[in-house]
Amino acid sequence: MVTALFYLLAGLAIACAISCVYHKNPLYSAVSLIGVFLSLACIYLTLSAPFIAVTQILVYAGAIMVLVIFVIMLLNLDEDKPLNSLTYLYGVGGGLGLLLIAQAIFVFYAVNTAGQESVDSTAAGKTLSIGLAMYTQYLLPVEIVGILLLMAIVGAMIMSRRIREPNQRKAEKAVE
Amino acid sequence: MEPSLETYLALSGILFAIGAVGVIYKRNAIGMFMCIELMLNAVNLSFVAFARHYGDVTGQLFVFVVMAVAACEAAVGLGIIITFFRNRESIDVDDASIMRN
Repeated sequence: MVTALFYLLAGLAIACAISCVYHKNPLYSAVSLIGVFLSLACIYLTLSAPFIAVTQILVYAGAIMVLVIFVIMLLNLDEDKPLNSLTYLYGVGGGLGLLLIAQAIFVFYAVNTAGQESVDSTAAGKTLSIGLAMYTQYLLPVEIVGILLLMAIVGAMIMSRRIREPNQRKAEKAVE
Repeated sequence: MEPSLETYLALSGILFAIGAVGVIYKRNAIGMFMCIELMLNAVNLSFVAFARHYGDVTGQLFVFVVMAVAACEAAVGLGIIITFFRNRESIDVDDASIMRN
């Protein structure tokens, strides 16, 4: 039952990922990416990680993708240019992709031959245990993440601020 | 009967490969950004699969950290894209050549 569900969701995730890369229109890519996020959230549920699944939907499909679609609408983009001047890059990209898939298959066999010490525990995904670990053992990473978020807020504000023209700045100095 | 750990890792690797190819193929900055998000999600999947396999909560906790980093990346990256569009009237990465030569 879980296996059938996993293969269904995995197929959906891979199809949506390929669609995200294939489409030229950024809006279609964004909607396909939301499909990937939702199917991954369902896979997290089958991995007994309900907290991560909910966070995935809230943060990724909720916040980040809304921001991306907002920017796509704001910039009013037309379709991606079909031809790149550096056509050899397509060959390089395909080769690198095949290499990465070969690496995935290698991991498949390396883990398969290694010792199996599976601990069957569904308690690890509970929100209580995550919160306990987050505020006792891993307090420092949580604090670092807080500072990182603050820096990102300040950086985004400074970057998207409209910079004044130089002659306007000179005029202001002259007034002073 | 649940799928084994290596099945999850294979799915994670395939998604990561698709994302990496997308970063190379895409010409506009928002497309590259979305492919980077796809790669981060593939890594998250392997974290959760390992956390389930070893019955340890640490993997899921670092998925949380990765999500926070992705949110920071979204804020700063989209700010860069908007600033670039304001200067160049395009978000094609080939137009970002002001530092060339």
